[in-house]
Amino acid sequence: MLEALEGSQAIARAVALCRPQVVAAYPITPQTHIVENISKLVADGRLDTQLVSVESEFSAASVVLGAAAAGSRAYTASSSQGILLMAEVLYNIAGLRLPMVLTCANRALGAPINIWNDHQDSMAVRDSGWIQLHCADNQEAVDTTIQAFRISEATDLPVMVCMDGFVLTHTLETIEMPDHKVVDKFLPPFKFARALDPRNPISLGTLVGPEYFSEIRHAQHKAMTDALETIVEVDRLWEKASGRACGGLFTVEGPADAKVGVLAMGSVVSTFREAMAELPSRKKAKLINLRAFRPFPAAALMAACEGLTDIVVVDRALSPGWGGILGGEVKAVLADMKKPPRVHNVALGLGGRDVPLEAWTAVVAEAKEPAGFRILDLEPAKLEPSDL
Amino acid sequence: MTETTDLRAKQPRFRGLEAGHRACQGCGEALAARLVTEAAGPDVILTNATGCLEVFSTAWPQSAWRVPWLHSLFENSAAIASGVEAALKAQGRRTKVIAQGGDGGTFDIGFQALSGMLERMHNVLYVCYDNEAYMNTGIQRSSSTPHAAMTTTSPPGKARMGKRHMKKDLLSIIAAHHIPYAASASVAYPQDLRRKVRRAMEIDGPTFLLVHSPCPLGWGHDGTLTIEVARLAVQTGLFPLVELERGEVASVMPLRRPVPVAEYLQRQTRFRHLFADGDHRAREEREHLQALADYNIERYGLMGDGDDPFDSEGADTIRRGGPART
Repeated sequence: MLEALEGSQAIARAVALCRPQVVAAYPITPQTHIVENISKLVADGRLDTQLVSVESEFSAASVVLGAAAAGSRAYTASSSQGILLMAEVLYNIAGLRLPMVLTCANRALGAPINIWNDHQDSMAVRDSGWIQLHCADNQEAVDTTIQAFRISEATDLPVMVCMDGFVLTHTLETIEMPDHKVVDKFLPPFKFARALDPRNPISLGTLVGPEYFSEIRHAQHKAMTDALETIVEVDRLWEKASGRACGGLFTVEGPADAKVGVLAMGSVVSTFREAMAELPSRKKAKLINLRAFRPFPAAALMAACEGLTDIVVVDRALSPGWGGILGGEVKAVLADMKKPPRVHNVALGLGGRDVPLEAWTAVVAEAKEPAGFRILDLEPAKLEPSDL
Repeated sequence: MTETTDLRAKQPRFRGLEAGHRACQGCGEALAARLVTEAAGPDVILTNATGCLEVFSTAWPQSAWRVPWLHSLFENSAAIASGVEAALKAQGRRTKVIAQGGDGGTFDIGFQALSGMLERMHNVLYVCYDNEAYMNTGIQRSSSTPHAAMTTTSPPGKARMGKRHMKKDLLSIIAAHHIPYAASASVAYPQDLRRKVRRAMEIDGPTFLLVHSPCPLGWGHDGTLTIEVARLAVQTGLFPLVELERGEVASVMPLRRPVPVAEYLQRQTRFRHLFADGDHRAREEREHLQALADYNIERYGLMGDGDDPFDSEGADTIRRGGPART
C-alpha cells in the first residue's frame, strides 16, 4: 500500500519492521525525526525493543557495539558532528566485525557550523570499515535499510545507510511500506556465532600485536571486497520478496550510446533523473547512480565506463588541498582501463546549497572543460578578493 | 602440614581470571580482578576499558579470562556494558554484567559514559581498579592521583611538589546518582572486597565498586609490599572503606588506631620528595596529606569504639606472604 510518509518516519517504520532488539541514539539535526519516530513506535507498543537514550553519540555507538557483541540485532542513527564523535567507536565496531545498521542522515561538518546536507560526515569515516550505501530517494532508503540488516548479518560487517539530511529525511514522499510478513521472511532472527555467553566464554577485543595484525586487517579488507557480491545478491533477493530492487552496486541510466557519463550519489541522482526527463538537452549523457561507495565496485565500474570519453564525477564533499573525494577515487579506478575517459570532478550542493534541475545541464557541460576539480556552484561575487 | 596446593585442590574455587597472564609481580589490579571475578562467579559478562588489565590478560591468541569478556575502547567500558545489558534484557537472560576500568578510564576519560550508565539504571556492576595514575602508558597523573604524588607528568622540582591538585572524590559523585549501592574496597581486605562484590551482584540495578589497587611500578614499592601498602592506605584514613546505599553512607570499616600518613608515604618512592631534608615544602605537604586523612576519619566517622573483628586490624588482615610491617 502506498503511503505519504516523511523520510524519517518511513525509516523508523522500516527499522521497526526489522525488529531490532536494541536501539541507541542521541539527538542531532537532521537525524532527530528518525529517533523521535522510533521512540513513538516504542511508546505506542508497536515496536518491542530496548530503546537506550544515551548521553552522547559516543555512547550510542558504544551501546550498539555491546548489544551486537551480546548477540542482539542493533540499530543507531546519527549525522554530522555526531558521526565524528562516534568515529573512534565506528572503527572499533568494524574491527570487531560486529553486524549492525546505522542511518547517517548526511549533513555538513563545521566549522562553520551548518546543519544542512552534504556528504562530508560519512566521507570522514570512509576508511572505518563500514559498508556505506547511498540512497537516491526515500523508497530506496526504506528498502536499503531492510537490506542493510541482511547484508550486515551475512558478512559480519556493519552497514551505514546514507540518506541526505532534510532533502530526504524531512521530505514527504509516497512510499510503499513492505508487509511485516515479507520482512520477517526476508530477515530471519539474528543469530550471532560469536555472541558473549557464559556457556561458551570468549574474549572479544583482545590485544593483537604485530605478529597477527596484518592478517586480521587483510581478512577485514577481503570481507569488504567480498561484500560486493552480497550487496548484489541481497538486492536481488529483496526484489524477489518485495518486487523492488535498488540497483545493486550502481545503476546506469540514460542513452546507451552516450559518450559522456555523470557519476553521483544520493538525492542529487533523483534531481538529475528528473532533469534528464524534463529538460531539453542537446548533449546526451549517461547517469551513473553509485549506491555502494564502500566497498567500492572498481571492476564493475570500469566495465560500465567502457566507451565513455568523459566522465563528470559529482562530489558532495571536499578534501581541502586535494579536491573531491569521490572524484579522486573514480579517477584512480578508471586509470586502469585501456582507454580511460577523462575524469572531471565537481563539488556542488555543499552545506545544503540548492541543487536545481538546471545543475544537470551545467554538470554535463563540464565534460567540455579541462579535467580537474572545482566547486561548480561557487558564487565568486561572495568571495573576498584574496580568495578569488 | 598440608601443602598449599593440596589445600587448593580440596577447596576448588572459580577463577574468572586465570594464572599465566602477564601482569607485573605484585600487581594490585590483577589481584583485585581475580578476587572480583572469583566472588562474582561464572554467570557474568565482563567489559573492560583499555589499560593494563586488558593488555596483560589478552595478548592474542591467548586470553586469561574464563568468563565472556569484551574490550572496545578506553572511555566506553560503561557504555558497552550498557549495551550488553540491554541486549540481555531483550533476550530475557539474567546474566550479570560487570564493567571494569582503571582510574583513568573511570575518573577521567570514561567519566561521562559511567554517569550515563548510572543515570539510566542499567543492571551493571562497575568496578574501578584504582591505582591512582595512568600506569599502562607509563605513570602519568590522573584525576585520581593523590595530591603531591610524583608521576611522570607531575614530577617534583624547584617549582613543584608533585601533583598540584587533589584526588577527585569520585565516590561522592557516584553517590549523587543515588544508585542502590556503591562501595570502596581494597585488595588488602579480600574478605571485605568479596562480600561487597557479592552484595552488588544481588542488586538489580547499577552498583559501583572502587577498589584500591597498588601498582608497585608506579608507586615505587617492592612487589611483595602490595598488600602492606594497600592496608596502610586504609589504616591511615587516606583510603576509607565505606558502603553507600542510595547515596547515603550505610557502613564504614572502623579504624582500630589510625596510623600516621608518613608510615604510608615513606614506603613509596612516589612520595620520596616529601621526605627531603630541610625542605619546608615537604613538611607542609606531609601535613597537608595528614590533614586529608584526618578529614576522612572525621567525615566518615572512621574511629572504632574498641577491638572489632571487622575493623582495619581485624580478621581480614591475615598476612599472605611478604614481610610484616615493623
